[in-house]
Amino acid sequence: MPPVATPTLVKTPRSTRSTIALKLVMAVSGLLFIAFTLVHMYGNLKAFSGQEKFNDYAHHLRELGEPILPYEGFLWITRVGLLVALVAHVTAAVILARRAGAARRDKYQVKRNVASSLSSRTMRWGGATLLIFIIWHLINFTAGKVNPQTGETGDAAGDPYSLLVDTFSVWWMTIIYLVAMLALAFHLHHGTWSSIQTLGYTNTASSRARAKQAGWLLAIVIAGGYSLVPLAVLTGIIEK
Amino acid sequence: MKLTLKIWRQANASAEGAVHTYELDGVSQDMSFLEMLDLLNEQLLTTGEEPVAFDSDCREGICGTCSLMINGQAHGPEVTTTCQLHMRSFKDGDTITIEPWRADSFPVVKDLIVDRSAFDRIIQSGGFISANTGSAPEANSVPAPRDKAQRAFNVATCIGCGACVAACPNGSASLFLGAKITHLGELPQGQPERYGRVTSMVAQHDHEGFGGCTNIGECAAACPKEIPLDVISQLNKDLRTAMFKGF
Amino acid sequence: MAGSTLHDGLTPLNAAPEQTSDDAAGYYTLGEKLVDAKAPTGPIKDRWTTRKFENRLVNPANRRKLDIIIVGTGLAGGAAAATLGEAGYNVKSFCYQDSPRRAHSIAAQGGINAAKNYKEDGDSTFRLFYDTVKGGDYRARESNVYRLAEVSANIIDQCVAQGVPFAREYGGLLDNRSFGGVQVSRTFYARGQTGQQLLLGAYQAMERQVAAGTVEQFTRHEMLEVVVADGRARGIIARDMVTGAIETHLADVVVLATGGYGNVFYLSTNAMGSNVTAAWRAHRKGAYMANPCYTQIHPTCIPVTGSHQSKLTLMSESLRNDGRIWVPKNAADCDKDPRDIPEEDRDYFLERIYPAFGNLVPRDIASRAAKYMCDEGRGVGPKVKEIGPDGEERLVSRGVYLDLGAAIERLGRDKIEEKYDNLLDMYARITGEDPYETPMRIYPAVHYVMGGLWVDYELQTSIPGLFCTGEANFSDHGANRLGASALMQGLADGYFVLPNTIRDYLADGPFEKIAEDHPAVLEARSEVEARIQRFMSVDGTRSVESFHRELGNIMWEYCGMERSKEGLVKAIGLIRDLKKEFWSNVKVLGSAESLNQDLEKAGRVADFIELGELMCIDALNRRESCGGHFRAESQTEDGEALRHDDEFAYVAAWEWGGEDGSPVLHKEDLIYTAIEMKQRSYK
Repeated sequence: MPPVATPTLVKTPRSTRSTIALKLVMAVSGLLFIAFTLVHMYGNLKAFSGQEKFNDYAHHLRELGEPILPYEGFLWITRVGLLVALVAHVTAAVILARRAGAARRDKYQVKRNVASSLSSRTMRWGGATLLIFIIWHLINFTAGKVNPQTGETGDAAGDPYSLLVDTFSVWWMTIIYLVAMLALAFHLHHGTWSSIQTLGYTNTASSRARAKQAGWLLAIVIAGGYSLVPLAVLTGIIEK
Repeated sequence: MKLTLKIWRQANASAEGAVHTYELDGVSQDMSFLEMLDLLNEQLLTTGEEPVAFDSDCREGICGTCSLMINGQAHGPEVTTTCQLHMRSFKDGDTITIEPWRADSFPVVKDLIVDRSAFDRIIQSGGFISANTGSAPEANSVPAPRDKAQRAFNVATCIGCGACVAACPNGSASLFLGAKITHLGELPQGQPERYGRVTSMVAQHDHEGFGGCTNIGECAAACPKEIPLDVISQLNKDLRTAMFKGF
Repeated sequence: MAGSTLHDGLTPLNAAPEQTSDDAAGYYTLGEKLVDAKAPTGPIKDRWTTRKFENRLVNPANRRKLDIIIVGTGLAGGAAAATLGEAGYNVKSFCYQDSPRRAHSIAAQGGINAAKNYKEDGDSTFRLFYDTVKGGDYRARESNVYRLAEVSANIIDQCVAQGVPFAREYGGLLDNRSFGGVQVSRTFYARGQTGQQLLLGAYQAMERQVAAGTVEQFTRHEMLEVVVADGRARGIIARDMVTGAIETHLADVVVLATGGYGNVFYLSTNAMGSNVTAAWRAHRKGAYMANPCYTQIHPTCIPVTGSHQSKLTLMSESLRNDGRIWVPKNAADCDKDPRDIPEEDRDYFLERIYPAFGNLVPRDIASRAAKYMCDEGRGVGPKVKEIGPDGEERLVSRGVYLDLGAAIERLGRDKIEEKYDNLLDMYARITGEDPYETPMRIYPAVHYVMGGLWVDYELQTSIPGLFCTGEANFSDHGANRLGASALMQGLADGYFVLPNTIRDYLADGPFEKIAEDHPAVLEARSEVEARIQRFMSVDGTRSVESFHRELGNIMWEYCGMERSKEGLVKAIGLIRDLKKEFWSNVKVLGSAESLNQDLEKAGRVADFIELGELMCIDALNRRESCGGHFRAESQTEDGEALRHDDEFAYVAAWEWGGEDGSPVLHKEDLIYTAIEMKQRSYK
């Protein structure tokens, strides 16, 4: 007789080694990203108040917490925190995706999905898209400060506002950013509700409905908020 | 009615399987889906082909034996078990694809029959309240709040059919697991073992090779007993609490 | 209970019966009278307590040296496996399903009786005992029934402790309802799924023991033979239904908890796999089969729609509280839309014949009345093929209307929805008709069998070391079972009775180990293998299913709701012919060395055919009407069932008479000491 599923019981079960623990890692790191994206979006929208105010804001971020923190101390704490969250989020996602893949190696000939949203079914692809985007985004604005219009790197002038406007003046850069924001919207739509569910706060039909509404709200607010700046640059509302 | 049936045939667990196509005439609207397969098997007998093996027992929607992925949906297009699905849900000339539940934790035994013993092992790992026969206190000595008892009952109606696993893109059994965790966790009698139970059952679930939940909701939509997604939230919450309690 | 007196159980209240009729002459041999050697005496209320004390104990250290085989994982089998595992015995549990959780106990809807008297409405152990004996038409053993009533309260305690989510009141205490026409509220329930919840409780308790290592579970295994060595049951031969392997399992004691055999009628409310094979194989090895003709037929099932039908579905009897049952007065109206038949052309036959009880007459009366209406040609719904009394095939509509129209008008649709929504949904799903718009169609169907393997007070069959529990034994229900008592009996046997009686038997163990090549083992194995070989090699032209269907038609026509001498004699002849044809013309495809559902079914149908013959002989011999058994020759002028206590107050225990011999009847007289026999009346 061919071997069927393992007939033994787990001897010393540990809650921290479970799939749900991994999901909790994803939920908590995901919520951290949501908080970060909200703050980051607020900073982006400063672009509407002009070059000076925007650059002041950018500079102030470096001085935040001084003199208790060193120069750029807050920024680095945030960066390290986000990096840890990112590594955790992606690692957990990869492990869970591999588990899911191994859970059904023989696929259906016909499979009809009836209840799941498009956003929920595209989390893994959307997540990968976002990861690639984040790498480019960091090269673009943080690590390399690559100006796609001028080809300069390093932002020697110390003028993030100009870097921003130059970037979004390139039409295909705007497209890339808008596509990424669409991916973000999808990711947030399912991710928000999913993280609340994973944390166990949706034990009734009404709380489930509210969590799903929260997903819609954050998806529209965050992705919409971020899209305003490139669109404003493209349409000339924001200019140098 | 005349139907074209595309059915997964597989001689045993280790054999290669394939989809076979059959034409079936004389199907009545009043037949249940399984009676339609009975008819096919009677027809196969005359041609000397081995009948299609499929699971069924009570045929009234409660034992959880019947399964079948029908046109890509667990238990077919209605919210019910395959045995309670009737042919009036289909129309003359339809092509129906019938496959077994697919999950590595539910290996195919033959044709449309799968091995769901993983569910038994999940229950063995903690899906019970330890109360030896004879040791029970007087039944009314521990009142159980009515709303909690009702929720416990609602989720205890799970029939263990495995449709949740079959419908889940991750092959997760979280709905099954959550239903049992919620059932026992809502009752006063279930409290002493609550956190050890969830830890053990989740560990066994993972050990069996079921995937993790991504909260997409295909399971609850396929569940013939309409167990809601709430139970997965409850499962997560109990596991989280168990983590903090050091289980 | 007016006019009844309490008796303490010390003085016989009736004389032993003397049978004067002999309808079954020539079909059986009369054997020795049977006396339950284990029957306790003394005051009825002390008998079980005394017995528990008298029964010997098994030292805990010895228990793990004792092996117990339990076949079946329903309420009786699952509960016993859990309890005996907890006690520390080595239990091997077998079921044909893919999981113990799927046993057909799961389908029971209504509830479970227990003499808790939570409603303070005058219930008591004695009243439950009284109702059960009376409901069983005085054909049950009083000591057994009293014990059942006594442990009923413990069952509820046990189930609640296991987490069975019974219905509760707002204060958090358990709710009760009245059920099956009794006047007290003693039924505990979990909506319409009580059986499911109780079974899952027992299943979970059993799985806990599997994890603890005291119970080993064998699913998709079918018991095909019992091993009787040196006069004791020592094991079973089972077939692994996945690989086809024939396995020998040996033990110190064997318990059959294999359920009822209602599927002998082909169409019943039983599960597709419910069968008599384990019990029948034991019968052929020497276990007596008691009262096989006692069948309970439930009046409110969804009717048959065509020959494709594989099973029948029960609709809760509670519908009769609000529904009016009728058929058209004129056969010509039967094909009309019922809504177009005016009031004056409708025959509310139950209200007409039984004006006092109307639509609420007991199950058997309501069932028979519906049958008579359809026999007259006034049935409604699709015509189905059946064999008439003349042996010819005919087309008859088998259905009567159950009309909620008046109730919907009186109470409003909302109220009806609230009360019966689940049921009406189920009806709509199965029939495709909307019961709110058009009257529902119902017809009686086989639901439960009171007959089964004969057991003594200890639940031991006539083979030493072979015990039998639950519906599989001839049980505590006499000739008729009360609603919500099947669950009670299954769990009473499994949790409380068997564990206390089996220990007295096991106190003599562990018995000398027998080897796998013991002659008795080899003989049992070769019987099983030869039989399988025979099924595979007949290579005829007819499907197993068609034989089963034909047997069902014969049984339903002649051994169903109404039985007559002429019909039963005819049925025996037809069954014998069918048996011959089966063994010469059955076709089983595939191989025996793999999963083969036709082969499984062939074995079950072969046993049903033999059982069917015995049922007819039993029904033929019992020339009286009692409980679920109605003989046309024994009725009052008004057509009511007429019991003959002077002739038939006995348990008919049948011994296998050999392949070509006739069965041997052993009578166990029923002498009541705690209750007086009375004739019932519902007019």
